[in-house]
Amino acid sequence: MFQLKNIRLHKILHIPDLIIEGNRITCITGESGGGKTTLLKLLNRMKTPDAGTITYLGQPLESYDPVQLRRQVVMMAQDSLVFPGSIRENLLIGLRFSEKPGVSDDVLKSMMEMVKLRKTLDEDPSNLSGGEKQRLALGRVLLMYPEVLLLDEPSSSLDEETESLVISRITDYVHKRGKTLVMVTHSKALAESIGGDHITFENGSPKPMPGGA
Amino acid sequence: MSEIIELSFSQLAAAYVFVIVLIVIVKAKGIPREKDILLASVRMTLQLMLTGYVLVLVFENPHPAITLLAILLMQTFAVFNIYKRIKSPLSTAMKQIIAFAMISGTALSLFFFILVVIRLNPWYHPQYFIPLGGMIIGNSMTGIALGASNLVDGIHKQRHIIEGSLMLGATPQEAVRSLANGAFDAAILPTINSMLGMGIVFLPGMMTGQILSGVSPTTAIEYQIAIMLGIAGSVTLTVFLMVHLGAKSFFNQQKQLTL
Ligand SMILES: Nc1ncnc2c1ncn2[C@@H]1O[C@H](COP(=O)(O)OP(=O)(O)OP(=O)(O)O)[C@@H](O)[C@H]1O
Ligand SMILES: [Mg+2]
Repeated sequence: MFQLKNIRLHKILHIPDLIIEGNRITCITGESGGGKTTLLKLLNRMKTPDAGTITYLGQPLESYDPVQLRRQVVMMAQDSLVFPGSIRENLLIGLRFSEKPGVSDDVLKSMMEMVKLRKTLDEDPSNLSGGEKQRLALGRVLLMYPEVLLLDEPSSSLDEETESLVISRITDYVHKRGKTLVMVTHSKALAESIGGDHITFENGSPKPMPGGA
Repeated sequence: MSEIIELSFSQLAAAYVFVIVLIVIVKAKGIPREKDILLASVRMTLQLMLTGYVLVLVFENPHPAITLLAILLMQTFAVFNIYKRIKSPLSTAMKQIIAFAMISGTALSLFFFILVVIRLNPWYHPQYFIPLGGMIIGNSMTGIALGASNLVDGIHKQRHIIEGSLMLGATPQEAVRSLANGAFDAAILPTINSMLGMGIVFLPGMMTGQILSGVSPTTAIEYQIAIMLGIAGSVTLTVFLMVHLGAKSFFNQQKQLTL
């Protein structure tokens, strides 16, 4: 799905050769500051490498309009964003930004159930806890059903139990619909348990982990 | 109608008693401001005297080139004043946009006002052109300074929200829409408020001046209404240009936010 060759970005990243497969889950782990977020931002053109080529579906990334690309390759930012407005508006804003039709309250409610957010749609989300904001942000991108999901530490603020529940629902979602997921996570154990590909970053370079099949 | 009272030198000098009172008070209270008050009074006196002589000269020799030069000087002064008033760092592109919005927006409004509303004859008549131009340019300057500070600060403070919106497939325009609207609103609010309070809370300077010089209050009010509308139009136009072009300048060709 993505192929990166001889990528350099300042002194942050150096990726000689990396392939991210479609219809699969790829987990990215590694030390803080190792370049994980930066890698995700290369895939949706929020950052442009100084050198090297990236292709998406066989075409160079530059041949796509950046906005159209980001509607197919949707990224959930590491800091869970809350937009002004109710929980309903917060869930719908991804669809609105990408100019997709809205959905009914029932669909929104089942999405909230899926990410285990027990709140009402009319509530003001600014008072949600850190973990609740994270699940709100997750629900927002899952509603968009993009071809590729880039999730940057989507479970970092969740307790272990909620984390494993939410992650298993995300993996089901991806497998059932034949989508592609690239997920940064702080937990190597979590990355191993998912059973997809696993890349770990050290000093801005990737090391494929053995055992990822 | 009473005669216009020309102020003699001694009458004007008597007005400086106010400054002396002010200085005595701050000295007695131990507020270290005497120097500023003195400097401000002297500067005001010298600047106004100089302006007065220049205006006399210009009024006695009306010429289109001189009128246009005066307007251009005011616009240039206003642009640098805006740069000075904005505390956040300004990119070169943003500076150019501010200058462009300020100069083209005020020029357009001013010419419409002079040619269509006042129907000045000859069009460059400096006695009308220069003071009306000053009012339109001065108010637009305040509007742009407010709007640009709001825009630049807002984009820096909300960078995560803007980048997060782009990652969800928003166009750059959509990603900054509410912020840009807020900046626009903040910039035109003082003008709207001054229209609301006009004639009740305060008597505007131009009207007061006209009345003092013997113009009938109803004529003075007609001018005041016209100039207020002209100011509102010019502030709206200049601020709109600045916000619209300014917001765009924060994004590159890859539609990334560049800060
Ligand atoms: N715009 C930028 N300019 C300069 N350096 C940057 C910029 N963005 C990121 N960096 C640097 O690049 C390195 C990698 O950052 P990145 O956010 O990709 O790390 P990460 O692996 O996601 O870390 P974490 O696990 O803490 O989120 C860091 O040292 C960071 O300081
Ligand atoms: Mg990161």
